[in-house]
Amino acid sequence: MLKETLSGIPIKDVYGPDDLTGWFPQQALGRPGEYPFTRGIHPTMYRGRLWTMRQFAGFGAAEDANRRFHYLLSQGQTGLSVAFDMPTLMGYDSDHPRAFGEVGREGVAVDSLADMEILFKDIPLDHVTTSMTINAPANVLLALYVAVAERQGIRRDQLGGTTQTDMLKEFIAQKEWIVPPRPSMRLIQDMLVFGARELPRWNVISISGYHIREAGSTAVQELAFTLADGIAYVEAGLAAGLDVDAFAPRLSFFFDVHNDFFEEIAKLRAARRMWARIMRERFGARNPRSWWLRTHAQTAGVSLTAQQPLNNIARVALQALAAVLGGTQSLHTNSMDETYALPTEEAVTVALRTQQILAWESDVVSSADPFGGSYFVEALTNQVEEAAWASIKRIDELGGMVAAVEAGYPQREIADASFRFQQQVERGERVIVGVNDFVMAEETHIPTLHIDPEVEWRQIERTRRLRGERDGAVVARRLEALRRAAEGSDNTMEHVLECVRAYATLGEICGVLKKVYGEYREPAII
Amino acid sequence: MDRALRILLAKPGLDGHDRGIKVVARALRDAGCEVIYTGLHQTPEMIVTAAVQEDVDAIGLSILSGAHNALFPRIVEMLRERGVGDIVVFGGGVIPEADIPGLLSAGIQKIFSPGASLGEIVQWVRENVRPRGVAA
Repeated sequence: MLKETLSGIPIKDVYGPDDLTGWFPQQALGRPGEYPFTRGIHPTMYRGRLWTMRQFAGFGAAEDANRRFHYLLSQGQTGLSVAFDMPTLMGYDSDHPRAFGEVGREGVAVDSLADMEILFKDIPLDHVTTSMTINAPANVLLALYVAVAERQGIRRDQLGGTTQTDMLKEFIAQKEWIVPPRPSMRLIQDMLVFGARELPRWNVISISGYHIREAGSTAVQELAFTLADGIAYVEAGLAAGLDVDAFAPRLSFFFDVHNDFFEEIAKLRAARRMWARIMRERFGARNPRSWWLRTHAQTAGVSLTAQQPLNNIARVALQALAAVLGGTQSLHTNSMDETYALPTEEAVTVALRTQQILAWESDVVSSADPFGGSYFVEALTNQVEEAAWASIKRIDELGGMVAAVEAGYPQREIADASFRFQQQVERGERVIVGVNDFVMAEETHIPTLHIDPEVEWRQIERTRRLRGERDGAVVARRLEALRRAAEGSDNTMEHVLECVRAYATLGEICGVLKKVYGEYREPAII
Repeated sequence: MDRALRILLAKPGLDGHDRGIKVVARALRDAGCEVIYTGLHQTPEMIVTAAVQEDVDAIGLSILSGAHNALFPRIVEMLRERGVGDIVVFGGGVIPEADIPGLLSAGIQKIFSPGASLGEIVQWVRENVRPRGVAA
């Protein structure tokens, strides 16, 4: 068996004071709620307020997802998190040929304001916070959300939530894109400016390590690439003329929490310390909130096994525990059946109950950062941090993350790491219970969520009807205004908003941006 | 075997999850196959055209978005229309057990579930794919 973390950091039999020579708690830790926030961003952490339990959900047409949202809220969930289907993520309408077979499959289909109104029907947007996992067309979905709020009579400054908007990690790992990296960054700048001006409670970007990790990176790579992405977004905001403290407090993060219990805790602690230093020392931020690394966490989808799927409940519980001990602000727990399909309602309920057991039964919430001062965890936090700084330095040398992505650097690093991991599994150096050890002959018959193929036709029908009913001349005029803004230097956000109010579709809006900026094509690297 | 097997690995549909297919690509290459990877976001037309142009012996499809029931059979159908129905098609991804019989009867010869090992995939390819145009 390997005596090293998933990132390859060697682990000793036991740790003691010698592993922390030259380490001073005053500088390295501070108190919870104090710079550099290693121990958490709040003085009392979960005693003051529990993390937000936020289960990612969405499938079918808007009606189906709206029903699941109402169910989750009725079960004690405290925030919404929307999954969109693949065509929506790529900026295609449901009736586009490329959408064939994909509509409503991996998330909810949203083509226009008509769908968005149904999606949030009877959900008061001033009382919930909503996280939307949307990147390439994040500007369109943010505009749609603002437009729905307008119809509900809710002011912009009352809207709380997040659009993921992290295109760099799309090019690196998740790979749902529309236009190339540099124009993508320009559209993000427009969103940052719009957010700073109009949406004081909105997190415009959720800088995401999750997908980088799921694509096969190590914990250290996840940390380094994510913070390097964050640096690129801060630079973009500054280049757009914003004061760092005008937008940095609204940047949030999203990390994966995998099986390597201690390394994951070390990663989250190191992440806070590093970001605080980056913001204060590299960017000169003065508002302490700019120094905070606020994060959402999700258990590792990629760690779930198809074999003996009930075992996944235990994996998720351990990962969720690591996320909580690592000091996350919100959490999604995966469901046991997700290697087969989107989760059933029963499986989602077990996953949510897992969080509730941690919060209400285990008493791990009573004291902030309970591992603070542990020889092992502190030494590991230092080592994870050191390795991540080295990687960030390499990216700086390449000219920053945008240039590194264009050069394929993080993409290659991840492909190498995932192959290395898979080989370790195949050789039996890493045990995965039920997969390469403790294997049983089994017939797996767990119930899975079935999505009615009819959804696709109903959705296509709705969008086609919409095109006939709206005022086409207004739509054309507003799309043309957007085109001019995209070609020039006007902020595109208000134009996108004007388009969605006129029921221009997502595909039409993204089509304009593609015409102006071109489409991204990735060189296929094995 | 007269020559190395030529395998096209392809990502139909819109999902960007390419961890699995890249790992499989390296494993098949290490096992002596010639591997051609299409890259992401391919239509059935693009995949079939690539298979014909590259004169491959088999196509491995990976999809994690749930669109397999629509896209896999269409690819097999188009191969038959182009007169290359002898190209072996196999696939994998997030595919519920219940969908597998339908895919097999549509002409996909093997579906690997999540958790299939690289060894299993390589062995299956060795046993079930032959160089086309070469007498067995």
